[in-house]
Amino acid sequence: MRSRTYRSRGIVLRQYPLGEADRIVSILTPEMGKVRAVAKGVRRPRTRLGGNLDLTSVIDFAASFGRNLDVITEARTLGQNIEVRSDLPRLSLALYVCELADSFAPEGSRSRELFRLTLSVLDTLGPAPDPWLLTRWFETRILDVSGFRPQIEDCVECAEALKPGDHLLDLGAGGALCPNCRSLGVGGKIFVSESAMRVLRHLQRTSRSDELGTPTLRDSLRDEVEGILSRYIRFVVERDIKSADFTRRAVRLEGDANPQFRR
Amino acid sequence: MTTPVSYSPAPIVKLVEEFSKLPGIGPKTAQRLTFYLVRMPEERARDLAEAIVGVKERVSICSRCFNITEADPCDICSDPRRDQSRVCVVEEALDVLALERTHSYRGLYHVLHGAISPMNGVGPDDLRIRPLLSRLRENPVEEIILATNPNVEGDATAMYIHGLIAPLGISVTRPARGLPVGGDLEYADESTLGRAIEGRQDF
Repeated sequence: MRSRTYRSRGIVLRQYPLGEADRIVSILTPEMGKVRAVAKGVRRPRTRLGGNLDLTSVIDFAASFGRNLDVITEARTLGQNIEVRSDLPRLSLALYVCELADSFAPEGSRSRELFRLTLSVLDTLGPAPDPWLLTRWFETRILDVSGFRPQIEDCVECAEALKPGDHLLDLGAGGALCPNCRSLGVGGKIFVSESAMRVLRHLQRTSRSDELGTPTLRDSLRDEVEGILSRYIRFVVERDIKSADFTRRAVRLEGDANPQFRR
Repeated sequence: MTTPVSYSPAPIVKLVEEFSKLPGIGPKTAQRLTFYLVRMPEERARDLAEAIVGVKERVSICSRCFNITEADPCDICSDPRRDQSRVCVVEEALDVLALERTHSYRGLYHVLHGAISPMNGVGPDDLRIRPLLSRLRENPVEEIILATNPNVEGDATAMYIHGLIAPLGISVTRPARGLPVGGDLEYADESTLGRAIEGRQDF
């Protein structure tokens, strides 16, 4: 008989209130993908669990299998990034990262790579010299590990290597089209300027976040790259990533006080 | 599966149904309450019904602090003995009651009616943040206490509001976090204990 309880490391991705004092917590684990479990009584101040189940926290937890949802029996914080939690733009980016991981995470199957990726990004978001770039890199990598990597080196139709210049990215076909194939493709085409394509390729070719560097990018170019990735992701997950809007506002609000976010 | 035949009179079924929609009340409690009401003198049942309707008819939201109130402005806003130079920002009207029970705070309040929850699509515009700013511009205060809940969303809300009022030159504080009175140190969770140690004070 399989054990009634299990224990795992996890990242707290999302929370939904349940009943009067409980919450449903969505946790990303390396071996079981996304786990949805009930945390009882965590909205009361005397809770022992609650302080350990905050969004973006990395935890070690135990839970028992339930008929419908599992029930968390124990949780301990392994890492809670104070640097991120006390800085609004970084915190809002961390929430965005969690929501994105939540949309891509499979339920009930192994997701070591996604776990490792999300963990490393949350860890580096605090000291990151360019948190915006790190977040875009996370988007690129999450597309890679979940099998939706856009093809932007060669034409997605004729496989010819793309020459420098402006291109069209075909959402349905999952890649860029060369000038000869512009009329082909599946549909949902976005314009990608030559400079934006260069940034996208840099993100895709960088396998470790500490190799991203600190390229100087114009505000308009950042907006373009962000727009392209967010449309591509929306096409893949078939819904809006809700925290993106607040993230933009938080970054803008802090822009005057914090030169790293001045855009 | 067919629905089992109910032998209860329709008004009882209806009341049970209504009760079970309330927070913390399941079908069993709803039934118990209903049958208690059946035996209750009619007069008391009427009082209860009137109290419920009265809440809906006479209670509104204060136009200054957005707390729930019978008069507008509310009793706290219109009390001259309260410290007019301090405003405590809270998420819910229930938080005002909790803070009032402490008898430690004599200033004014501002109820946001929620916290920023980016993933659930609750942004700054869904809360009473803009009225707070205009209120502060009209009646400048010395201190703003950001008493949103001590979790990620409450922190994000506090930081966002802080960013907006920083240019106004008002002192902004946040309640301390730490150990519950009467609790054991060894049973405190790591994050609370961590914060408590960080925020330690001179003895």
